[in-house]
Amino acid sequence: MLLIHCPFCKNRNETEFVYGGPVGANRPDPNLVSDEEWVDYLTMVPNPMGPVYERWWHARGCDKWFIICRDTVTHEILENPSEEP
Amino acid sequence: MQNYSLLSLARNALTGHKNWQKAWRSPPLKEKYEVVIIGAGGHGLATAYYLAKEFGITDVAVLERGWLGGGNVARNTVTVRSNYLRDQSIPFYVKSVSLYEGLTKKLNFNMMHSKRTMVDVVHNYPKMRDLRRRQLTMDIYNSTYEKISVDRVRQLIPALTGGGAGSRLPIIGGMVHKDAGVNRHDAVAWGYARAADALGVEMHQKTAVTSLLRANNGDIQGVGTVKGNVEAKKVVVAVSGHTTTITETASLRLPLRTMNLTAFVSEPIKPIVDVIVNCSDLGFYFSQSDKGELVIGGAPDSAQSFRRDIKQHVFEDTVGAMLELFPSFKNLKLLRQWGGHLDITPDASPIMDETDVPGLFVTAGWWGGYKAIPAGGLTMAYHVATNSPHPLMKAFSYNRFKNLDYILETGTTTAR
Ligand SMILES: Cc1cc2nc3c(=O)[nH]c(=O)nc-3n(C[C@H](O)[C@H](O)[C@H](O)COP(=O)(O)OP(=O)(O)OC[C@H]3O[C@@H](n4cnc5c(N)ncnc54)[C@H](O)[C@@H]3O)c2cc1C
Ligand SMILES: [Zn+2]
Repeated sequence: MLLIHCPFCKNRNETEFVYGGPVGANRPDPNLVSDEEWVDYLTMVPNPMGPVYERWWHARGCDKWFIICRDTVTHEILENPSEEP
Repeated sequence: MQNYSLLSLARNALTGHKNWQKAWRSPPLKEKYEVVIIGAGGHGLATAYYLAKEFGITDVAVLERGWLGGGNVARNTVTVRSNYLRDQSIPFYVKSVSLYEGLTKKLNFNMMHSKRTMVDVVHNYPKMRDLRRRQLTMDIYNSTYEKISVDRVRQLIPALTGGGAGSRLPIIGGMVHKDAGVNRHDAVAWGYARAADALGVEMHQKTAVTSLLRANNGDIQGVGTVKGNVEAKKVVVAVSGHTTTITETASLRLPLRTMNLTAFVSEPIKPIVDVIVNCSDLGFYFSQSDKGELVIGGAPDSAQSFRRDIKQHVFEDTVGAMLELFPSFKNLKLLRQWGGHLDITPDASPIMDETDVPGLFVTAGWWGGYKAIPAGGLTMAYHVATNSPHPLMKAFSYNRFKNLDYILETGTTTAR
């Protein structure tokens, strides 16, 4: 079980959060990018064996979205949250 | 290959079982093979076997980081079934189930295959409609699915005493899939390995691959391993959850995400359930092994993971849901729990294809991929041997993503 640091509520149990996926590229405007770039955005996510930036949502808490950096092998949280811009 | 039979058992009993032949050799690693397969899991070993057996390609090495059959092939809950959703998937899984049913004879290794009905326990109408939609497509391809009443569900699963009218999520019916089955996972790994070895294939354990090697023209040239470089014109990546760790060494990007899935078993008890019970609305499934243990699985961890363990809250959620429907299981002791990391694509269907690196093949994205081992191995071997995809797996191409031609199977496995 992870102890996740919410920027507002501080350390809370993983069960209060909803996982929002790894942080990939920002959503491009499909009319402005090539088909390849659009497909890339829709299908590719970072899958490192090691640190990854990912979104979490404090759904059963203060409702905040934020980003942490977590190691996918040790599950250690390496960087505490930056708030979603 | 030494034949396993009642006679050989009796003969070896007389000599105190000291003269059994080794199931496979451990030859020294050569510098060059025609085909190198990375990963001695179900898919790697089956591909090696069919390459030798069906296509006469025997100069093959299977390179395994740990020990043969120590990956997900030995960490899964052995449910074999063909109740999938899409026209491209169902015939593939129907083929795989039928190959499993004949595998004991084919490999002269007892798979302990036990054909048994799978019952989906359904708690809501959208789910029922979804399963009925699956049935219509499955009918076309000769896989059986049939709606049953709540009474019939309870007849088939007498231990199911919860989920009544007063409960929070009452059962509204079920679906029966008669083609399902369970078997022995070790036997699948060992049986394919032994039969492949007998045809000349080499198995190399403790031989981790560290990189893919490419020639100047970009073609695959071989692999780097902890025991030195090995040359091959064709390389197959069959490493389950580790696919991207290998393919990124050739600067190849694949639409895969690695997640941990878990399971646990109870103490052995007398026969209590002879079907595979699937309660996907509540998030668990189980069957009873020949030893009497209940083999229980739940949902995957929510976030990406390369760690094989079980989270306390995932475990508690699964047990809590199970006790809602099976309150008598409260008395069971649970013996072991474990996890395994698997990779999954955006559409939850596998990728079996030659990649953009000529000569480099991948078989990946195997979420519920135990059931797929025989057909996966056979069709991969076909592709590697003939340089063109087998009709049954043609749709599982890498390029389907480039065209956004999804074969959406999201929700037909434990990945939700
Ligand atoms: C808890 C759980 C329950 C499951 N239940 C079911 C089920 O009921 N039905 C079903 O159909 N499927 C199920 N699955 C899925 C199924 O187990 C997998 O899809 C399937 O086993 C994957 O294919 P494989 O057997 O080839 O993989 P594996 O056995 O994992 O083989 C991959 C091999 O590659 C090796 N490897 C990795 N990296 C390297 C490297 N760098 N160099 C050399 N070798 C390497 C690994 O050590 C491993 O032995 C379940 C999985 C889990 C974890
Ligand atoms: Zn919060």
